[in-house]
Amino acid sequence: MQSVTVDGVDFAYGSGELILKDVTIDIRNPQLISIIGPNGVGKSTLIHCMNRILTPRKGTVMVDDVNVEEYKVKELAKKMGYVPYSANDTFPLTVVDTILMGRNPHRKWKSLHDDMQVVKEVLEMMDITPLAMRPFNELSAGQHQRVMLARGLAQEPEILLLDEPTANLDIRHQMDVIRLLKQLSVKRGIVVIMISHDLNIAAKYSDNIIMMSEGTIYAVGKPVDVITPESVKAVYGVDTDVVLSDGRPHMMIRDHGFSEEDAATPEGSTVSGVTTSGMNG
Amino acid sequence: MSGGEDIEVQYTHHVQRRLIFIAFCTLGVILVAGFSLTINGRGIGFLECYEYIINHILGTEYPFRSDAWFDDYVLWNTYVPRIVMGILVGCGLAVCGVAMQSLMNNPLADPYTVGISDGACFGAVAAIVTGFSLSSVMGSMGVVTNAFVGGLIPAMIIVLLSSIVRLSPATTILIGVAMSYIFSGLETTIMMTADADTLKEAYLWQIGTLNGMTWERCYIPMILTIVGSAFLMYSSKNLNLLSLGDSSAKSLGLNVDQFRTLCMLIVAFLVASLVSFVGVIGFVGLVAPHLVRMLLGGDNKFVMPASMMLGSLFVLFADLLSRVLIYPGELRVGLIISMIGAPIFLYMIVRKKKGYGEVF
Repeated sequence: MQSVTVDGVDFAYGSGELILKDVTIDIRNPQLISIIGPNGVGKSTLIHCMNRILTPRKGTVMVDDVNVEEYKVKELAKKMGYVPYSANDTFPLTVVDTILMGRNPHRKWKSLHDDMQVVKEVLEMMDITPLAMRPFNELSAGQHQRVMLARGLAQEPEILLLDEPTANLDIRHQMDVIRLLKQLSVKRGIVVIMISHDLNIAAKYSDNIIMMSEGTIYAVGKPVDVITPESVKAVYGVDTDVVLSDGRPHMMIRDHGFSEEDAATPEGSTVSGVTTSGMNG
Repeated sequence: MSGGEDIEVQYTHHVQRRLIFIAFCTLGVILVAGFSLTINGRGIGFLECYEYIINHILGTEYPFRSDAWFDDYVLWNTYVPRIVMGILVGCGLAVCGVAMQSLMNNPLADPYTVGISDGACFGAVAAIVTGFSLSSVMGSMGVVTNAFVGGLIPAMIIVLLSSIVRLSPATTILIGVAMSYIFSGLETTIMMTADADTLKEAYLWQIGTLNGMTWERCYIPMILTIVGSAFLMYSSKNLNLLSLGDSSAKSLGLNVDQFRTLCMLIVAFLVASLVSFVGVIGFVGLVAPHLVRMLLGGDNKFVMPASMMLGSLFVLFADLLSRVLIYPGELRVGLIISMIGAPIFLYMIVRKKKGYGEVF
């Protein structure tokens, strides 16, 4: 069974301030894990250290109980996929070519036909088959995101790291992606580790949550144990009410410094238009 | 996507269209090379030129000092090396342009980004003005050796620096610019000590030309262009990965730092060899890849061979113009390429609205 163990990791760029401070986590067996925390607490740095994009100053990262430094680059890429927050499209390829790159760790001489079958499958999974031959740079931000996810899936990793996979997506596609990630962990036995800023989605669908604060792990465990009014207040500085829905926490923000005057609708503000639903005004 | 057509079939058509484009460019190279060969002063026609070349390769011998013997001799030793060098320069600069742009993740990077041209000019000018040469053979090979070594120095400094300190593509480009200024300054310092004739010679060396090309001068660029291009084309998939950014490329199994260093070494040797034999020829490494990406999209598997063919076509066409514009006089190909390349490049930048697409 898969495992990712981060043991006493410190990370800093050059001789700068520590971004990760003595981070220790042990992730075992397939599951969907969300890493949450405010901007700049080291969430992306942590997953970059997990898949050796960055090298910790101190401590070790083990994948399947082997130090990541001991893996050959391609072997690690077969085990661990990474879907970044945004994709570079300086020299755009077609969507198919972009997804085919996910097959790089498995690339063999004349493996195109087999790779294309995987590409077709992930195109369907991400509901982007009609975009297959479109240039990547002509897609919307949400479509970009789905192509990048498809590329991560085409890599067929045992552990999938995702940096805000639902950013830029509309609500339906957010749900589709989260459902897919959950299915990957349950049906395909993949460890899915995603960074999320949506605490309610993280709470509703994650098996476990890692809450970070100022380069350290503030809390780790089941959503109901991690997402509490106290932890959200301590980490984000926001007052919330947390209610349980189907045994999962659901967070509601209290008026965060909004006075009645701030929240009032300016007098005379209206908008109207010709609608297809008949709803107007 | 057209209604329900299988993606694999569509992808095959997509590949076929790109191969057809490359085939057309290759045909263009054959045609322009043929026209260029017909300006031979002996009235040998288009088809006859190719007939002589094929016969020469097959080992056909003509009666000594017969017309056919002279035709074959002049074509093979005077005009064919010029065409071959034109193709090598076009292929080499274009393939290095594609590689540098992918390595630096910057569409404005070109084969001279790391200061190779200024280094080579400094080396050549040092040989011409001071007579100092790194080669034991003085004369033109002395200039070539100095230019080659001079071209490699800035590139090697950057490669060395990148193995000690981790350089981002943007930093690498800036160091290349700094190198260019340093070598340009040194070159100007040496030129200030030269007399008028030497100054003219040194200045003219810097404007690329294919005039007076011989087979002996083709061999080194030919070997480096074939080996370098073969490696870069083989690495086209890895260059595609780099275009996603370093983090994504690493996570997809590419040893980014090692690969970037290796490619830069190959580009440095290839470009330094070309510049040292023909002088500075700009814009090929910029215009050919840009035009190809606008037509075919960004897949380096096709961008590389198509740019090589288009680059060759561009150089041969410019060389043809350089020979006919003030016939029987001759301009320098480097000059013509700058005059054609710069407006084309400007047009492409203005025309391009959203990155690159594919219209082919």
